[in-house]
Amino acid sequence: MINILLIAFTISLIYIAMANRMLTFIRIIAFQGLLLFGVAFVELIEINVVNLVFVLLETIVIKAVAIPMFLKYILDRNRITREAEPYVSNFVSVVFVTMIILGSFFLAHAIHDSYVRKIFFIVALSALFTGLYIIITRRKILTHVMGFLVIENGVFVLSIAVGSEMPMLVNTGILLDIFVSVILLGIFADKIGDVFEEQDVEQLRNLKD
Amino acid sequence: MIGIYLTGSLLISLAFYFVRKPLFNVILAWIFCTLQGSLAVYEYDHPDLTQLVYFTPDSLAIIFLGVISIVCIPVFYHSFVYLGKHPYKPREMGMYYAATVILITSISAAYLSNHMGITWVFVELTTLSASALIYHRRNKLTLEGTWKYIFICSISITLVFIGVLFATVAVQQQGITDLFYKNLSHHAATLNVFWMKLAFLFIFTGFTAKAGLVPMYTAGIDAKDKAPYPAAALLASVLMNVGFIGIFRFYEITSHTTIYGWTNKIVLISAILSVFVATVYMLRVKNIKRMMAYSGVEHMGLVMLGIAAGGIGYYAAILHLILHSFAKPALFFQFGQIYRTYGSKSVYDVGHYFKYNITGSIVLLFAYFIVTAMPPSGMFVSEFLIFKSLFSSGYLWVLILVMILLTVIIWAFGKNVFKMLFIKPVDFDDAHVETIPFSESLSQFVLLALVIYVGLNPPEALVSLINSAISTLPR
Repeated sequence: MINILLIAFTISLIYIAMANRMLTFIRIIAFQGLLLFGVAFVELIEINVVNLVFVLLETIVIKAVAIPMFLKYILDRNRITREAEPYVSNFVSVVFVTMIILGSFFLAHAIHDSYVRKIFFIVALSALFTGLYIIITRRKILTHVMGFLVIENGVFVLSIAVGSEMPMLVNTGILLDIFVSVILLGIFADKIGDVFEEQDVEQLRNLKD
Repeated sequence: MIGIYLTGSLLISLAFYFVRKPLFNVILAWIFCTLQGSLAVYEYDHPDLTQLVYFTPDSLAIIFLGVISIVCIPVFYHSFVYLGKHPYKPREMGMYYAATVILITSISAAYLSNHMGITWVFVELTTLSASALIYHRRNKLTLEGTWKYIFICSISITLVFIGVLFATVAVQQQGITDLFYKNLSHHAATLNVFWMKLAFLFIFTGFTAKAGLVPMYTAGIDAKDKAPYPAAALLASVLMNVGFIGIFRFYEITSHTTIYGWTNKIVLISAILSVFVATVYMLRVKNIKRMMAYSGVEHMGLVMLGIAAGGIGYYAAILHLILHSFAKPALFFQFGQIYRTYGSKSVYDVGHYFKYNITGSIVLLFAYFIVTAMPPSGMFVSEFLIFKSLFSSGYLWVLILVMILLTVIIWAFGKNVFKMLFIKPVDFDDAHVETIPFSESLSQFVLLALVIYVGLNPPEALVSLINSAISTLPR
């Protein structure tokens, strides 16, 4: 079960690489939130009720509903529909993301450690690098926020993999911080859309020496 | 006490945001500074007393708390001066003060935290509150600066979190279930080297965004450029100490393991690159505020050189951080006056400063000597000790390289500062130049005098605090 969920998550990464419409991006992000809930639920079923509620809150409520809705709102407000000209073609992106996943396989294979389950490690690393790749190759700054979200999802998988023993208080703090930073990024993306003509990183080239 | 402090500052920031009356703001600022000061005094009196499970004042935290308690008073004073001169809306001013209070509080809490996760939470909180300050002027450029700052800091803090997770892997193999620095340090020798290496790489890279080191220094430069100058003074001094403390606490853990030599190499490479990058940009930068920000990159590079070299370098590094946290705000406060006189940040538009503001230009001249570590600056002592430690630990070539780079920095910095002081500006209409009262420069003099005093004759208590902060590191 866990494997199916994680493999679905990895496939969604490849799908992101070829997604052209912003709305598709948002749907994938929401879908990933659901998958992560599944992973967390299967993994953490034995934990106590408070932790379960917390994980539920983090994945379903925030990752799968709140953040995608918020991004959709910004999208509508700024009337963005298409991902305007990524720096590289979608085909190249798919090849790159596939290579990232393959690379993660080899990297994880090199680790001789029985404590970490490799599939988690592979998925987490792939998500991390795919997120960075999206940030580097796309021009819309809202896409950058989504790249950041993909990285955050990867980190979430990793934290399940290592069975992080973070106390509840710390977890809540981390959750709130990430949530607020995504909201802030969204708000500023919105403002950039208002102030500049386009929500495009090309507009952000004025601060230099 | 920490509980009282956290609730108190939360209430104060809320009051700042909602009440928005000038007189009331002054009273609130005094209350907050008193609270901040009493926290520092209380923690000094109760070293190693764990409060609310997650906060323990160790020597390093106490030192930095003392520094921030001193620095926050002139920051509030200059904030009043700055906001008094500009017609900002009450809501924007309330936001500014509230964000300042939250920033100072989260910095202090990050100093005091004894748990990796809690440090993470509060460091992230500094990003969020700092972004409100950077965006204060609400124009295109501040928007760009804020966006870059939040984005790069968010990515960096995610890297730190990945590092923390890798550390968790290493820790769990030893059957430890929490991430208190004390436990980690205690069991450090038994931890899996591979995971610790990965963890160190990620944590170090992540915290360089706050500490202002290569590779993630860029966002900090834009932030210091775009933030109002009192806030920039905070970002350029005490916030950099947060990055340092994050790196240092994990460095201290790795120093008990076999990867100690390897971590030193990483730190050394980052330090040399930081000084190098600072040199390159100092040569070409024409924006005064950015020039000051790059000077911070240089100083953090020197601090990290001291850490990498070890021995007396540890002592010198921490002393250097303290002195830098006093000297840099003085420069930024002075920048505020320059901007009011000339209405420009560019070196080209500023000149003949002695004619328009004698006190201010004396501060600028004096601050130049202090920041470039010429005697009697206290930083001369700390830099001298850092160089000595480099020499005695066999990094002779590094020392020679860094000294050449520093000479270039002193020249480039001096070229700009003396231009501002003595050479006539082009096309400057001095009909409406505002006379700036002497009293507004007083805080700069006090801070610079502190640099000299603390550097040349560090108080007994401070010396023993620094020594106890570095006592666990290998000699």
